[in-house]
Amino acid sequence: MTGPALSWLRANLFNGWVNSAVTLALLYILAGLAIDIAGWAVADAVWSLPAGDSAACRAEGAGACWGFIAQTHRFLLFGTYPVAEQWRPALASALFVALYAVSAPRRFWRRELLVVWVVGLALIFGLMGGGVAGLTVVPASQWGGLPVTLILATIGIAGAFPLAVLLALGRQAKGLPAIRTLCVIYIELIRGVPLISLLFMASVMLPLFLPAGLTIDKLMRAQIAIVLFAAAYLAEVIRGGLQSLPKGQYEAADALGLGYWRKMGLVILPQALRLVIPPLVNTFIGLFKDTSLVLIIGIYDLLNAAKTTVVDPVWLGFGVEAYLTVAAIFFVFCFAMSRYSQRLEVDLNQGVRR
Amino acid sequence: MTDANGADFITLERVSKRFGTFQALREVSLSVARGERIVICGPSGSGKSTLIRCINRLEEHDAGRIVVDGHELTRDLKEIEAVRREVGMVFQQFNLFPHLTVLENCTLAPIWVRRMPRREAEDLAMRYLERVRIPEQARKYPGQLSGGQQQRVAIARSLCMSPRIMLFDEPTSALDPEMVKEVLDVMVELAAEGMTMLVVTHEMGFARTVADRVVFMDAGEIVETAPPEPFFANPRSERLRQFLAQILRH
Repeated sequence: MTGPALSWLRANLFNGWVNSAVTLALLYILAGLAIDIAGWAVADAVWSLPAGDSAACRAEGAGACWGFIAQTHRFLLFGTYPVAEQWRPALASALFVALYAVSAPRRFWRRELLVVWVVGLALIFGLMGGGVAGLTVVPASQWGGLPVTLILATIGIAGAFPLAVLLALGRQAKGLPAIRTLCVIYIELIRGVPLISLLFMASVMLPLFLPAGLTIDKLMRAQIAIVLFAAAYLAEVIRGGLQSLPKGQYEAADALGLGYWRKMGLVILPQALRLVIPPLVNTFIGLFKDTSLVLIIGIYDLLNAAKTTVVDPVWLGFGVEAYLTVAAIFFVFCFAMSRYSQRLEVDLNQGVRR
Repeated sequence: MTDANGADFITLERVSKRFGTFQALREVSLSVARGERIVICGPSGSGKSTLIRCINRLEEHDAGRIVVDGHELTRDLKEIEAVRREVGMVFQQFNLFPHLTVLENCTLAPIWVRRMPRREAEDLAMRYLERVRIPEQARKYPGQLSGGQQQRVAIARSLCMSPRIMLFDEPTSALDPEMVKEVLDVMVELAAEGMTMLVVTHEMGFARTVADRVVFMDAGEIVETAPPEPFFANPRSERLRQFLAQILRH
């Protein structure tokens, strides 16, 4: 151990016999816990099982039943999607990850990226839905698992963001009281309602308002509810950015004769959005996890798929393993978002020191 | 005062403006001829900034008429934008766009408002950056420049729109003393080229050498207007005498 670390330990954990005793006691408890968890998750874990037989996991002293995950991982990841066709959702999920990856570096932020996204999303929906290029049709009601979560979150963010920018600008529009009032009403109304109730409304009430003969599938309805919901929150985040810019920036753009949309698009929004990257990503992460609420209206996203696997009498009681796996998948995506936003902030602020 | 064609370039007729209960301008009338250089001074809160900010409608006047080169300023957005294309403004706080480089600051409006091709706009911007003597900073961000350099960039940015009128709102007030001269030198050159200028400033040396007329404002009114010689030598009103005694004491 190096000198500074040692003196830090002495100064903070072992300064006096009381502190030393507390430190040692806590270390003992923590070590015990770590050994127990490692024993359960690794040493005593059951890694493989005969098909459809959970007896080994139920034996005395057996740890985590990872064999269960190994056997049900397809249902966990792809839900009720026809088993023979599950390469399609797998490829669709991989496409999503690839799209995220190409969108990350700032040098790829060009008009072409939009085309890449349109093509990528078309491929994903083609793969999932079928009916093109000789793929059998799989209705959205059979989609499930990871691709459903990724679709809801990605389209949710991509759809809510532009709507949120318009709402934030509308709420700031001084000269247009009608638009301003509409935006305020929208934001306050949506923010005042839990997402679950919006999802219920989308699945139960929306069809009542649609003209006879026109039906929108449940996934699409949930998607619309998520977009509308997220937009209200994002709008307030963006408004915060708009308000924190000095008045002089608006005035300089006005004085140059830029006009409203160019002023906003070229001067105000680029600065305002940069300022609110942390709360913006916070909202994105929240939205990503909130998509799991669609299980309430019977859509098989990742969480609902996990919940369903444990209902099977063979696997009854292995909820911890299933939920831990799902949590790990959620964590990977959310943590990646968080790390990326931190890097983006540093990148964007280079040379822009005020 | 009228120019050779008998038409005023800028006309303000009985312009009033209030902020809440504070009367910033009281029926102010002023005419500016093409090529005229006017310096406006007065104690703080006298309405001098408000006056020039009304000319490009950064402030909306409550009463009276403002006509800029034939465009009357009303609620009509088209007219407002037409005026803003012709009128450049330099602010006390520079107000450069911190997320754009110096060059991008200068080319933004020519490209997006004048629809100028990028190459052409960059050439134009470099010419003006050379005129304000900072072409070597073109690729830097405003945050990397000193106050004096930033203000010169702000002047170049305005000039890139080829304005017919330049408004200066206390352009040297936020600068460290040693940087005031570099900005004033640029403004003197601009005046020598025949630019129509309205300058709110406390730099009386600048007023003496450059102004055709000096306007003294107090409590939202124009108290006195005169060419610099009589303005400084024989102030007629008591208020101006007090003001000059205050600022020329050192």
